Amino acid sequence: MPTKTLKWFYVGIGLILVLVPIVWTVAGSFRTEADLFGHPAGLIPHQWTLHGYRGVWSQLPFLRLLGNSVLFAGITTALTVLFDSMCAYALARLNFRGRDVAFWLVLVTLMVPFQVTLIPVFVELFHLGWLNTYQGLIVPRATSAFGIFLFRQFFMSIPRELDEAARIDGAGHLRIYWRVILPLAKPAIATVALLNFTNLWNDLLWPLVVSSSPDMQTLPAGLALFGGQHVTDHAVLLAGAVISLLPIAVAFFLAQRYFVAGISTSGLK
Amino acid sequence: MTKARPWLFMGPSLLILGVFVLWPIVQSLWYSLHDWTVGAAEQPWVGLGNYTKLVHDPQFQRALGNTLIITVASTAVLVAVGLGLALALTSENIVSRVIRSAFFFPTVISLTTVGMVWKFLLDPDIGLVGGVSRALGLGAVNWLQSTALALPTVIFVNVWKNAGFVMIVLVAGLKAIPGEYYEAAALDGARRLQLLRYVTLPALRPTMLFVTFIVTIQSLQLFDLVYVMTGGGPLFHTDTLVTKLYRDGFANYETGYAAATSWVLFIVVVLVSVFQLRIFRYNDAD
Repeated sequence: MPTKTLKWFYVGIGLILVLVPIVWTVAGSFRTEADLFGHPAGLIPHQWTLHGYRGVWSQLPFLRLLGNSVLFAGITTALTVLFDSMCAYALARLNFRGRDVAFWLVLVTLMVPFQVTLIPVFVELFHLGWLNTYQGLIVPRATSAFGIFLFRQFFMSIPRELDEAARIDGAGHLRIYWRVILPLAKPAIATVALLNFTNLWNDLLWPLVVSSSPDMQTLPAGLALFGGQHVTDHAVLLAGAVISLLPIAVAFFLAQRYFVAGISTSGLK
Repeated sequence: MTKARPWLFMGPSLLILGVFVLWPIVQSLWYSLHDWTVGAAEQPWVGLGNYTKLVHDPQFQRALGNTLIITVASTAVLVAVGLGLALALTSENIVSRVIRSAFFFPTVISLTTVGMVWKFLLDPDIGLVGGVSRALGLGAVNWLQSTALALPTVIFVNVWKNAGFVMIVLVAGLKAIPGEYYEAAALDGARRLQLLRYVTLPALRPTMLFVTFIVTIQSLQLFDLVYVMTGGGPLFHTDTLVTKLYRDGFANYETGYAAATSWVLFIVVVLVSVFQLRIFRYNDAD
């Protein structure tokens, strides 16, 4: 059938275009500089070497970059999940004056491009003395309007009878939030946590703006800066890229459906 | 329930959003009306001076033009390519699912990594692209150094990174189309292409709007890819609004001027969004 042939031809070309760069990257991190220059048309190393993976530690402040990335993405994600779900609990379950205004303000922050606030936030951090600090990297990003929105939608779908049963047993709101709602919201927690972590782990502009000192840089900023100036050894940079990709790749293969659910409803990635 | 309770629950989030998003939005507008420099003794009021300066700044004109070209070209190609993939890979068998994962994977890789890897792939000395074209006797092209080719190359890499995202969203949209639509059309004797034209595409319109919208806004804000691959060069031929804003604000410390650029970006985002909503609604009427 010609349509079928056409279809697999199209998908096949697409697959080659997607997979070859990924294979080339991973293979390239095991190649020598001489191999890369001598056989630019090659995909697989002529001789395997760990030189790139050793160079990552000696030519870059890699441990520091990796540690900063783990702290920045890890702590920020944990705080975001906590703060967003608390805020969403109030918006979904409590009746109070000003609730609609609060929700509306959250939505406004979703619509304005991040770049609009970047410069004033930089000035704020400058005055607070928070540039080149962990609190400067973490605190401004420790909540996300998208997370609040997603948690709120999810909480509204949880039957109210469950809260009421807990209330009859004498539970307060803090207890209901922590013991009833959060345990039921695991899919929402997984989605918000994975998307936030990926987003923060991959972010370049924010760490670049907050940290000018190499000591406080994260992996993407470090690779971008060192790739531009000091390190000219391609295998080292490719090895750095592969290592920085690893946690996200593992999370992707273990929890793909949460990525798909979150990304395809929010566009956030 | 005490009155303070809801505000205790919302406190951390609202405090952060207030201090680091809402108030900065106001401040950003305020800065854009001043000749504002971080740490300077005086920040003189210039009214719309920064905006008129932008209009006459050739670098701004180029950055705005590049941003619009990147956005229009990326979005058009992405939606076409993504739709093709989605139609080819809708079924739930293992082969489709594995292939979909492969296409989706670049979505979760950082733009920094994607940019760096493609910069190497396109390098005339070590890159696979140059190596293969030389092996075929075509000679190596210096993609990112050429004023004519750098921008299309950036667009290509942007498409490479995001095609899987468009595909995955459209697959979800395709699956949501009720099977009865197809059965009814088949009873009327519709053939495959007619099904596509009269059933699938109209039913897919809301999803298409969503995905077009997201891809457009992301392309308008493109930074990482350009910063890593070309730094805006050669000779500003790939400079975007955000790379210009970053340079003005954080390398040249022209804070007020950069804030004005960010407001232009915001206005462009709003205009494009309204325009898209209009187009899609207009089509709904026919």
